Amino acid sequence: MNRVIQRLVPGILGALVMLAGTTQAQDVLIRGAKVYTETERGTLENADVLVRNGRIAEVGKGLASGAGVTVIEARGRPLTPGLFGGITALGIEEVSLEPSTVDSSTVYEEARGTAFEPRPEFDVTPAFNPDSVAIGVNRVEGITFAMVAPTALPDGTMFGGQGAVARLDGRTDAFAAASRTLFVDLGASATASSGKSRAAQFMLLEQATRETQPAKPLRDGDARLLTPTGREVLARYLAGGRIAFSVDRAADIRQVLAYSERNGVHPVIIGGAQAWQVAALLAKSHVPVVLDPFLDLPGSFDQLGASLENATRLHQAGVPITFTNFSMPTHAAHKVRHAAGLAVAHGLPWDAALAALTTTPAQVFGLGTELGRIAPGYSADLVLWSGDPLEVTTVAEQVWIEGRSQSMRSRQTELRDRYRPATTPSKP
Amino acid sequence: MAALAFCAYAADAPYSSTYQAHPGPPTVIRNATVLDGTGRRLDGADVLIRDGKVVAVGPGLDAGDAAVVDAKGRWVTPGLIDVHSHLGVYASPGVNASQDGNEATDPVTAGVWAEHSVWPQDPGFATALAGGVTTLQVLPGSANLIGGRGVTLRNVPATTYQAMKFPGAPQGLKMACGENPKRVYGSRKAAPSTRMGNVAGYRQAFADAQDYQHQQEKYERDLAAYESKQGKDKDKDKDKDAERPEPPKRDLRLETLVAAMKGELQVHIHCYRADEMVTMLDLAREFNFRIAAFHHGVEAYKIADRLAQEGVCGALWSDWWGFKMEAYDGIWENLAFVDAPANGCAIVHSDDADGIQRLNQDAAKGMSRGQRAGLDIPPERAIRWITSNPARALGIADRVGTLEPGKMADVVVWNGNPFSVYALPDLVYVDGAVALDRKAPPKPPASDFLLGQPTGGAR
Repeated sequence: MNRVIQRLVPGILGALVMLAGTTQAQDVLIRGAKVYTETERGTLENADVLVRNGRIAEVGKGLASGAGVTVIEARGRPLTPGLFGGITALGIEEVSLEPSTVDSSTVYEEARGTAFEPRPEFDVTPAFNPDSVAIGVNRVEGITFAMVAPTALPDGTMFGGQGAVARLDGRTDAFAAASRTLFVDLGASATASSGKSRAAQFMLLEQATRETQPAKPLRDGDARLLTPTGREVLARYLAGGRIAFSVDRAADIRQVLAYSERNGVHPVIIGGAQAWQVAALLAKSHVPVVLDPFLDLPGSFDQLGASLENATRLHQAGVPITFTNFSMPTHAAHKVRHAAGLAVAHGLPWDAALAALTTTPAQVFGLGTELGRIAPGYSADLVLWSGDPLEVTTVAEQVWIEGRSQSMRSRQTELRDRYRPATTPSKP
Repeated sequence: MAALAFCAYAADAPYSSTYQAHPGPPTVIRNATVLDGTGRRLDGADVLIRDGKVVAVGPGLDAGDAAVVDAKGRWVTPGLIDVHSHLGVYASPGVNASQDGNEATDPVTAGVWAEHSVWPQDPGFATALAGGVTTLQVLPGSANLIGGRGVTLRNVPATTYQAMKFPGAPQGLKMACGENPKRVYGSRKAAPSTRMGNVAGYRQAFADAQDYQHQQEKYERDLAAYESKQGKDKDKDKDKDAERPEPPKRDLRLETLVAAMKGELQVHIHCYRADEMVTMLDLAREFNFRIAAFHHGVEAYKIADRLAQEGVCGALWSDWWGFKMEAYDGIWENLAFVDAPANGCAIVHSDDADGIQRLNQDAAKGMSRGQRAGLDIPPERAIRWITSNPARALGIADRVGTLEPGKMADVVVWNGNPFSVYALPDLVYVDGAVALDRKAPPKPPASDFLLGQPTGGAR
C-alpha cells in the first residue's frame, strides 16, 4: 500500500506542474552535449550551450555558468533544435471524429446555396487552443513548433484558408506573423469542391486571382467568386505572401509552378507524391516540398509514382524538403521523426533529414532567423535526446522552448502511471 | 509432405487453398544474431533450411552442400505476421471500385468472406513483403457488428486469392464494438445506434445461430434415425410411409456463427475500450465461444491481467490515439503493459497498408517505451509480438511464427537490428525460397496494376 502511494505521489506532482504550464524563464547552461547546431559549425561533440533570456547566448566548449544559471549535464547526449511537427491541426482538433472539438474546416454552401464559395479569409488561428492535450503529447516527443493549417473538406472550398506556425509551449500568442500561409487544395482530393475537374480548379484559381487585380476592374453585375475581404486577403498572398498547394501529381505540380510564375506567388508544395518527377523544375524555382516519407503506395491515381526515395531524390536535386505525417497528422505529429529516419534508411543523408525537421521548415515558413538552429540569437528551443534523435527507440528527455524547461508529462504519461503494472493491481 | 498434399487442390472443397510453395535450395544463413520467436536470442548462430522447412538453429551447423548466406553483423527473425490487414479488400489505389472491405448494408453480415473481395494485384502486398511480412490475415472492416470471415494469406504474388490462401489455416470471424457500427447504422436511423444496441445485436445474432444449430442437430438426428430404420428394414418391407427428413435451409450468416461457437473460426474483435472488451468476454461466455484477440484495444492496458487470464491477445498499435473518443486514452506503453503479465499476449498489428511495412518499428517503439516504464523487454521478447503471438491468434502457431525445426521456413535476414528505424529486410524467405532480395528488387513490379505506370522503378 505504502509503495503504491509513494509511486503515485510523483504522478500527482507532475500533474500539478503540467497544469501550471511551463516553468519560469531561466538561464540555462547545457553542458557536454553532442550539439547539432544546424549551422556551418555542424555537429559539436562535448559542447556547451548557454541560454540567456530565452535565447541562445553562446555555443562552445568550457562555457562559464555564472550566477543564477541552471546547469544541465548532458553527458554526451544529443541536443538538437526543437523539431517541426509538420502540417497539423494541433490546437484546432482535439478528437478527430467529434465535430464539436474540430475547427479546421469551414463550409458555407448551406447558407448560400451555392456550389462553390472560396473563402481565403477563413483563418484557423483564432480557434487555437494552446491547452489541447494533443499539444502536450507531441511536445514531450520533442515537437516544439508546427504548422496549424486549415483543411479543405471534400465538399467545401478548395481554398482551405489561412494557417500559421504555432509555438507549442502553451502560450496564447502562439503564432508568428511571418509564418502566415494560405492553403489551397488541388488535384483529385479537392475536385468535388471546385467543379469536379482539375481544369475547373485552375479556372477558378485564375478567376479569383484576376478579381484581386485593380487593373482589371469588375463591372457591376459580374459574378464574383470572392467577398471583398477575401479579395483583400488573396491580394496580400499574391503580393509576396506564401501559398501552400496540396498537390501530388507531377502534371498538377507543373500547373502550380506555371500559375505561381505568372502571378508572382511563392508556392510551397504539400504532399508532392510525384514531386521527384519534376525535381529539376522545383529546384530551379527553389520551391520547397512538404512530404510524407512513409508514402510509397498509390493511394490515388495522383500518387502512382509514390516512392520511399522521394525525399532522397528531391534533396539530391537541391529541392528544400520538410516532413509531415499524413496518416495521423495531429495526434501523432511526432511521427515525422520516424519518417525522417525512414528517409535516411532509403538514402537521404542523416544531416539532411535532421535539417528537414529543423532549419528547413523554419526557413520555408518565414522563421529562419528565429527557429531551427542552435546559434547565438536564436530562440532557445532545444531537445535533449536519449540517443540518436532519429531512432524509434530514442525518446526526448528534456524539451526547452524559448529557454523554458517544459514539463515532460502529458495526459498519456498520467494514464501510463495510473496503470503501470508494477503498482496497479488489475481492475477487471 | 504437407506441400504435396495441397497439390491435389482440384479435388478439394470449393474456395480452398491452391497455394504451392516455390522450391528453394537448401540454405544455411551463417553467423547471424537470431531472434527465434520463442523468446530466445542466439548470437553468432546459423539457420539451416531445407525442403521449405527450418531444420536447425544454432552455432556452427553442419550444412552439407547448402547454399551459404553470410549474415555476419545481420539479424535473423521469423517472417513477420500481421493479424489485421485490409490489403486486397481496401486496395491501392483507393478508388470507388476497390472499396470492398465493408459490406455495410446490414449490421450482421456474418455470411460474407473477406477472401471474396481480395484483389491479388493490390500493390500493397509487395510493399508488405519488403517489410518482412510473410503471412497476413485480411479481415472485413468494422462497420458491422459481425462483419464476416477473415482469411489468412501467404504473402506471395499470385493471380488468385486461392493461390495465396494459407493451407489449412482456420478462417477468422470479424466483429466490432463501439463507435463504428453505431455510427454507421445510427446515422441511417437504423439499429444499432447505441452501445446497448450493439450488444443486443450480437446476442440476437448468436441466439438465432443457437436455434439454427438446434435445427441442424435435430435434422441430423432425424436423418440418422430414418437411415437406421431404412437400413434395418432392408430385407423386410420398407416403411413406405416414412419420409426422408428435409434439411433446414442453409443460412450463411448463421452457419458462420455456429462455426464460431464450435471453435472452427478464430474470433477477432475490433474493440477499443476496456469496459467494452470485458462485455465481449461476457458475450463469449454466454454463447460459449473463444475470443482469439481484441484488435486496436487502445485501452487493453487497463485490463492486461484479465486478458492474460482469459488467454486473449491484444492486437495493438504503438502510437495511434485520439482520432475518436474510444481512442482518446491511447498510450505508448499499451503493448508493453499487455505483454507484462504471465501468459500476456501482445501483438503489433497494422490495419493499414503503411503500418504493415514497418511492424518491426512499431514493436521497437512499444519495446523502448516499456523499458523506460521499468519493464524488462529485450528484443528476443518483443519479436514475439510480430511473429509467434500473431501466429497463436491466427491458429497457425504449429506451422509458423518461430524458427523451430519443422516450422515452415519463413525467414527474414535484416540488415541490422530490426528494432531500428534504419532496419530493412535484406532477404525474405517464404517456405525456404527467396521471395524478396532487396539488392535485386522485382523489375517490373509484381502487381499487374503498376505495369507500364509512371512509377519510376523504386517504390
